Order: sequence, then structure tokens, then C-alpha cells
Amino acid sequence: MNFVQNVAIGQYVPGDSFVHRLDPRSKLLFVVFFALLVFLANNPLTYAILLLFLAIAVAASQIPASFLVNGLKPVWFILLFTVLLHLLMTKGGTVLFRWGWLSIEEEGVRQAIYVSLRLGLLVLGGSLLTLTTSPIDLTDGMERLFSPLKRVGVPVHEIALMLSIALRFIPTLLEETDKIMKAQMARGADLETGHMLKRAKNIIPVVIPLFISAFRRAEELALAMEARGYRGGEGRTRLRQLAFSWRDGVLAGLAVVMVLLLGWWRS
Amino acid sequence: MEEKPIVAFRNVSFSYQNEAGENVPVLEQLNLEIHPGTYVAILGHNGSGKSTMAKLMNALLLPSEGHVLVNGCDTRELPRLAEIRRTVGMVFQNPDNQIVGTTVEDDVAFGLENLGLEPREMRKRIDQALQAVQMQGYEKRQPHRLSGGQKQRIAIAGIIAMHPSVIILDEATAMLDPQGRQEVCALVRRLNREEGVTVINITHFPEEALDAHRVVVMKQGAVYMDGSPAEVFAQVERLQEAGLDVPYAVRLRHDLAKEGVVLPSLLHQEELVVELCKLLLKT
Repeated sequence: MNFVQNVAIGQYVPGDSFVHRLDPRSKLLFVVFFALLVFLANNPLTYAILLLFLAIAVAASQIPASFLVNGLKPVWFILLFTVLLHLLMTKGGTVLFRWGWLSIEEEGVRQAIYVSLRLGLLVLGGSLLTLTTSPIDLTDGMERLFSPLKRVGVPVHEIALMLSIALRFIPTLLEETDKIMKAQMARGADLETGHMLKRAKNIIPVVIPLFISAFRRAEELALAMEARGYRGGEGRTRLRQLAFSWRDGVLAGLAVVMVLLLGWWRS
Repeated sequence: MEEKPIVAFRNVSFSYQNEAGENVPVLEQLNLEIHPGTYVAILGHNGSGKSTMAKLMNALLLPSEGHVLVNGCDTRELPRLAEIRRTVGMVFQNPDNQIVGTTVEDDVAFGLENLGLEPREMRKRIDQALQAVQMQGYEKRQPHRLSGGQKQRIAIAGIIAMHPSVIILDEATAMLDPQGRQEVCALVRRLNREEGVTVINITHFPEEALDAHRVVVMKQGAVYMDGSPAEVFAQVERLQEAGLDVPYAVRLRHDLAKEGVVLPSLLHQEELVVELCKLLLKT
């Protein structure tokens, strides 16, 4: 019943590989860049280049393939759905199969393969980022990357601080949920049986105390932060310093190579 | 002591408005001076105004009337707020709700980041602070994996890294188990003795006041008793009137005296044991 132990925050797999040690900023930028590249690919060769690159990246990250496959789970259904749609709806080229009014044509097969590859590449690229970067490094990276937006009034520092505090409190609140659930179960609450609606209703005695305590925690935390001299992002320094290394140079080089290859071979 | 007080309350009153809009007085015409380097325990029952005092000393609250001076600065002076908060560090009751960082070192760094220190200087101070609270080697740990006493020691490390002159413990041991309480108490005693930090321990455990230089007992928003632990704990009935428990050794000696068994003045349980053994040997 104690689920605190089984909940991993994010899906970060600690490690010391080449990919792990890249600066979070370059990883973030590269994932965005990779997503754009995926949309440039339009023939077998270009897709092969992208797949090859992803395979190298996965190998360099030393992340077990099963973790990546897990990353695909939530999009399984969408993947299947788009493949089916393309198979049946996209017409053109030779007819490969006909049954009544249903037909699968050459162009449909091609599109189905491309679209599923595209989606798979996007999701796997994103997973690789979150698998190799700790949530706190991710928030740090995002804070730095978005810091130019401060000038137009976006509260970048505040958003990053909110995210990191949320990360800090996830385990605390999970522990508390566990405690409240046990306390309510000891008082005869039934949280595990019944149909969905009934279970949703039964969870109310857990959610309400949790909310109240979360608000109280927030208030106390704000007070403690103020007492420790917090005055907002102005004039604040950071313990964690991000620094680009030769690894980030390698990644940038790869990015250039990929653009050139894709530009050359795309039809 | 003719030294300048580090914290001074001058005719301080404080009240807040309840839901019905009535003024509820918490502190009334409070005068108190705390001198540098002392270890002061502030005792009081719930609602005696002791937590409000803590928040007034750190400018988290401002007095309704009168002045609170920290190192000579009025807490009302907004431009000196940062200085006041650097002088007076505060440790709160709930260890979970005052830890900001996702790792121990991030949390200790939080106050230093607010001060705008260089990362290298921060690193140095974090090492020193963790050493002072005997938590070196825990830098990369996640706070929620630590015990209550360890979390509270991390919170104290976060405060002492900022090099304050005063540390206020606002019921900082109330949520800890006996072992955690002992860890924290031993730590603040050592900080006071070895580093010369002024410690103000606000608590409702009388045992924690035994080692203080000075005990201030609060009752209904005013100073009810003020003196050395020996002086204060000698008055068992008055303490009980303030709704306070009296340490066991003190109470037993008091009750024995009523029965005609007079023991020398003492505070600690070990002393009591020694005296009782002596008495037993004599008879």
C-alpha cells in the first residue's frame, strides 16, 4: 500500500554517460532542433539518417532500451490510429488490397510508415532528454534558456523556482497522501473497491485534507523563504553553474552535419 | 552586562484582527533586551505570544505599537530589511516546510543565493555549515529521505551558513522525536558556546531551558518571569500557574521539600540521583 517508494519523479535514470553529461541547455535546444529535422525528412534515406542518429544517441546514453519503449506507451494508441487512418484514407499509386469499398493503396502505406516513424522519433527524442536529465537540471536549463524573456516581462525566475519547489514537495506530498489514505482506511473508508464514479467520490476524504495541508505548507514555506532573505530573482546568484564543455561542441557539430545531410538528400 | 543589546523590544504591543474583525491583543507593552552571546530560552504556554515575538525579531511581523530593534536597527526600516534578516536567522517548527532545495546542498545554498554570494564562496560556506551540524557527506541527499532531526539540522545549517549573530528557534524541536530533540539542542548549545552565536530558543519544553543562561517565561503577552534557570525553576507554583510543566528533577525536589526532605538547589536529573544516593547513604 505504501506507494511512495514506487513513484519515480519524472523518469530520470541517473548515469554518467556522454548524454548525461551534456549541458541541459544544449540537450533542450537539440531536442527542439531534432523535432524540426524530423519534419524535414521525406524519403527513406533521410529517415534512415535520423534513425541512425537516434540509435547512436541511445547507445551513447547507456539507457536500457526497455525504458525507451516504456516512453512510447502513452502514444501507442495514437500511433495505431494514425497508421490505420493513413492506410485506409490516403489514396494514390497501385492498389495493394481491396475488400468491398475498403482499399489500401501504395501511397497510404508509405504515409503510414512515415508518420509513425515521425511520431516515434519525436517521442523517443523527448524521452531520451528526460531519461538522461534530472528534473532540477531541466528546470535550470529552461530558466537560463528563457531568461532573455525576462525583458518582456515573463517571470522566468519565478516559474523556475515554482517548478523546483514543486519537485521538492512531490515526495513530501506523496508521503502525506499515503498517511491520509491509511488514516481514512483505519476509519473505515473504502478506497479500493466499487466502480469508477464511486471510487472517485471516495477519494474526496483524502483529497481535501491533502489540499488543506498543502496550503498550510505553502504558507509556512513562504515565511521561511522570506526569513532567509528571499526577495525575488533580483541580485540573486546560483550555486549550480551550467557550463558548456567539449561534449556540447560535439553535439553542435552533429547538428550541423545532420542539417547538411538532410538538406542534401531530402527530395 | 552593559553591552548594547542585540535584540531589544521597546514597549511592543501586537494585535491581530480575527474573522469577526475584533482586535485580539497578543503582546502588550513588552520590554525585553537580549545581549549578544547569551543563550535565552523563552518559555510559554500556547497563546502566550512567544511565536509572535520570534516573527517580530525577524521583521516577518511588525509591531502594532512600539519598536523592535535588531542590532540597533528598527525592524520598520524597510531598506535595512536584508541586513536584519542576515543578522537574525530563524528555524521554524516543521522541518518539512522550511526546506526549499531538492538536495541538502541546494537547500543550504538557498539563503546564500539570496545574499548574492559567489558560487565558490557558497561552496566553502556550505562545507563549513554542514560540518558544524555534523551532516557532511549528505550534500547530494534528498531532504525527504532524512530523519526529522537531520532535516532540522539541515535547516540550521542553512541559517548558520549565512553567518547570523542570532539564531531563533521557533519551537524547532516540537515535531521531533526525543533523539532528534537532543541532537538539535546539543547543536545549538555548541554553536552558542563555541561560535558565540546568540541563541533564542522559543519552546514549551522546560527541559530545554535548563542549559540556557537566561529563562524568560511569557504569560498572556507579557514577561511573567525572567532570570537564570535556577531562579526561575525555584518557583514551581508560579510556573505551574503559567500553565507550564516543570522538569521532573525540579518538581521532585520541590515535592520532597514540602515533605521535609531538603535537598540543595539543582536542575538536572543526574544531580538529583546523586543527591538522593548521598541522602540514602547518610541515613
